[in-house]
Amino acid sequence: MAHVVPANQKWWAGGRSPFNVEYGKLMMWYFLMSDAFTFGAFLISYGTIRFSSNAWPDPNKVFSSFPFMGHANLPLVFVSLMTFILIMSSVTMVLAVASGHNNDRKGVVKWMFWTIIGGLAFLGCQAWEWTHLYHQNAWWGRNPFTNYDGTMASTNFTNFFFTITGFHGFHVFSGVVINVIMFIMAWRGDFDRKGHYLMIEKAGLYWHFVDLVWVFVFTCFYLF
Amino acid sequence: MENVEVTTNAHHGEEKGSFDTKAIWRTFWILLGITCIELVIGMFIAPRFPHDMKIWFNILYIIFTAAKAFYIIAEFMHLRHEIKNMIMTIAVPAMLFLWFIGAFLWEGASFKNLKNTYDPAYKERSTTPVKQQPAHDEHDTQKSRELH
Repeated sequence: MAHVVPANQKWWAGGRSPFNVEYGKLMMWYFLMSDAFTFGAFLISYGTIRFSSNAWPDPNKVFSSFPFMGHANLPLVFVSLMTFILIMSSVTMVLAVASGHNNDRKGVVKWMFWTIIGGLAFLGCQAWEWTHLYHQNAWWGRNPFTNYDGTMASTNFTNFFFTITGFHGFHVFSGVVINVIMFIMAWRGDFDRKGHYLMIEKAGLYWHFVDLVWVFVFTCFYLF
Repeated sequence: MENVEVTTNAHHGEEKGSFDTKAIWRTFWILLGITCIELVIGMFIAPRFPHDMKIWFNILYIIFTAAKAFYIIAEFMHLRHEIKNMIMTIAVPAMLFLWFIGAFLWEGASFKNLKNTYDPAYKERSTTPVKQQPAHDEHDTQKSRELH
């Protein structure tokens, strides 16, 4: 149900938020802006180094494994599964926020539960991927892969890959922790006592941001 | 500007804004569809073209990525349904990224040209293929460990 604000509303006249959102939500947006610039700095430095290199490893060759599939060549299939998991958990998060809007405690608890499962599944996939690359001798400071044209690759590729996906994975992890706290608070009925579910919205903004960053990480590391 | 600003974000007192569940699922299908198209291009179409065509695929990926980012921010993070002041306080600082990306990628490309022009040894080293096969799986790892 949309509500309509008259055009002559004086947003900047004082006495109310000129952004029409509560303080905590606005601050979450500003925090996410600063976090976006942190991730931006990481990804842009990766781009700068890549633009200054004559050649770079081919993601289709590096990321071509899938659990329990042995040596089958399945380029990008596993990472697309990870992307699907994260998009799906973003959807369950919006559904939790939507339930919160209707003060539907059961709905919030149910959808928060699935969001947490999605987050844990993503972390599990990333742990598998890292372990697999580690066993292929890829780690910070070591790069077993050659460039797409067969020339020797520097360790820039693995350094950036592990640093940036690691930083993103850390965000997913802290997002799961936040979601677990929200789940427990919703389950205990804390938000019913408060009378609103705005905390779920703030946790939701953070979780969607994690999904948003993954969209860029996915493009920069697996497609380019 | 329109006469009224419509917002679904109603936190004040009794007014209860509700999210449109249909719109959520529509956004989900759009995101999934774009990701699938990206993967089909990345896995099956792009490898069939010579490597110097890669730039065109990259431009395509950037367009798809921007579309996905728009849908996540506008619908999932609900920014499209906030008032204009709120949208602008996020969108205007984000414009810095345009300069940020352009300036630094330009810098990287320039550094590559300088190295290739003034350091012939670097150019030769970085453009001569190595004999060793790339290590794709655990089988090759032993070999590459020995070589290192």
